[in-house]
Amino acid sequence: MNRHIIAVAALAVAAGLATGLPAGAQEAKTYPEPAGFDAAAKTSWSKVKPDEWKTRIETDETQRLCNLYRNNPPPDVARKIMEMNRATVVYPADGQVIGDWKKGQALANNGRGGQFSDEPNTVNGGNCYACHQLDPKEVSFGTLGPSLTGYGKARDFSPDAAKEAYAKIYNAQAAFACTNMPRFGATRFLSEQQMKDAVALLFSRDSPVNK
Amino acid sequence: MSLFAAMGAEAQDGASSEAEIQRYREMISDPMSNPGFLAVDRGEALWSTRRGSKNATLETCDLGEGPGKLDGAYARLPRFFADAGKVMDVEQRLLWCMTTIQGLDTADVIKRRFSRPGVESDMEDLTAFIANKSSGMTFEPQLGKPEEKAMYALGEAMFYRRSGVLDFSCATCHGETGLRIRTTNLPDFSKPNKSAQESIGSWPTYRVSQTALRTMQHRLWDCFRQQRLPSVDYGSDMVTALQVYLVAVAKDGELQVPSIKR
Repeated sequence: MNRHIIAVAALAVAAGLATGLPAGAQEAKTYPEPAGFDAAAKTSWSKVKPDEWKTRIETDETQRLCNLYRNNPPPDVARKIMEMNRATVVYPADGQVIGDWKKGQALANNGRGGQFSDEPNTVNGGNCYACHQLDPKEVSFGTLGPSLTGYGKARDFSPDAAKEAYAKIYNAQAAFACTNMPRFGATRFLSEQQMKDAVALLFSRDSPVNK
Repeated sequence: MSLFAAMGAEAQDGASSEAEIQRYREMISDPMSNPGFLAVDRGEALWSTRRGSKNATLETCDLGEGPGKLDGAYARLPRFFADAGKVMDVEQRLLWCMTTIQGLDTADVIKRRFSRPGVESDMEDLTAFIANKSSGMTFEPQLGKPEEKAMYALGEAMFYRRSGVLDFSCATCHGETGLRIRTTNLPDFSKPNKSAQESIGSWPTYRVSQTALRTMQHRLWDCFRQQRLPSVDYGSDMVTALQVYLVAVAKDGELQVPSIKR
């Protein structure tokens, strides 16, 4: 998928050169925030502390660009978003990306963390089942994301594919600009060990995902 | 969104689990045993109770159709109110009437905005009563005035705005038709459609899991919580703006309220 987007971007650059237009000058609909948005947000979240405001209500550059193009950025912006996010991915120092699939299963079932109703010491979950099918025996799965049943088996349990999966969990926007999937590692929502456990759920031979 | 959602379409192979979920939904949707109607009755009594420093009832409150006229009022809210100089939803308007007509201290009312065991909510009960007066009618979004158009634009922008630690927006879950989170069907609020009509037309609702009648203020507050945003102020403009947007995509949808949900 990301190769496809880069290929499209390269074509756009070539077309730009041929016509004398700057790259990315093709039509792309934008959706800037309307007048009064900031003021309405400030009065509507009047009790929010400044640090919380910065991390929760303000947008970072990736969010700002995805919002501006309503998740359909033109190829050059999509490439910029992916490059920016690829730079955030940090692999485990020991090179080992596969943890414990049983802990990964619990992580995939845990939807807690990050909500104002959570206790401060709440351990965040990945909530993977909210959007993905994983263990075929689990009936309560969402369809916002693709089914991941048989994920590792379909990739011949390849170590490179496992590393790629780790990167996608760490920061999905490195692979797909403006995907719905959270940037679990880049935002420190999940720990390195938790992400390893999630990869194990996808790539262990004895994981129910591959049965 | 488009890349991910397109792949999501391949994943809808849980036909047997879907049948089970449908059976459960039918089990809880029996209107004859809906405790939400108790809230309607309490709201009716509150409407005509003298309260506040002015010892007045709410019976002269104008919800857009004229003082005390309730039939169809909820189906045409939120709307612009010239006396207040702003677009208001039903709950903002009720708070305004409590202050101006009754001289009631709304701090206590807002403190009890969401009921819990042993604590009743005036706002939930009054909203249930007023909304029920529009049951069976269809939504008529009020978008003619410049202030209403501006609120629609705010609400639409908020709907699509990703922020917070998980990058979620309302559209993350409600931007496509036919998707599910866990086993919950997700209404699509990205364009006028039947799922939006059915969803918005069923609020306020009695939540079995919370043993309480809940209004749109609660629903949107809880959506923001799930989106990992901070607690949004009760009766604030962003909540009204979202409702202006949501009622617009539910245009011509029929109100069946209060409903009953999981």
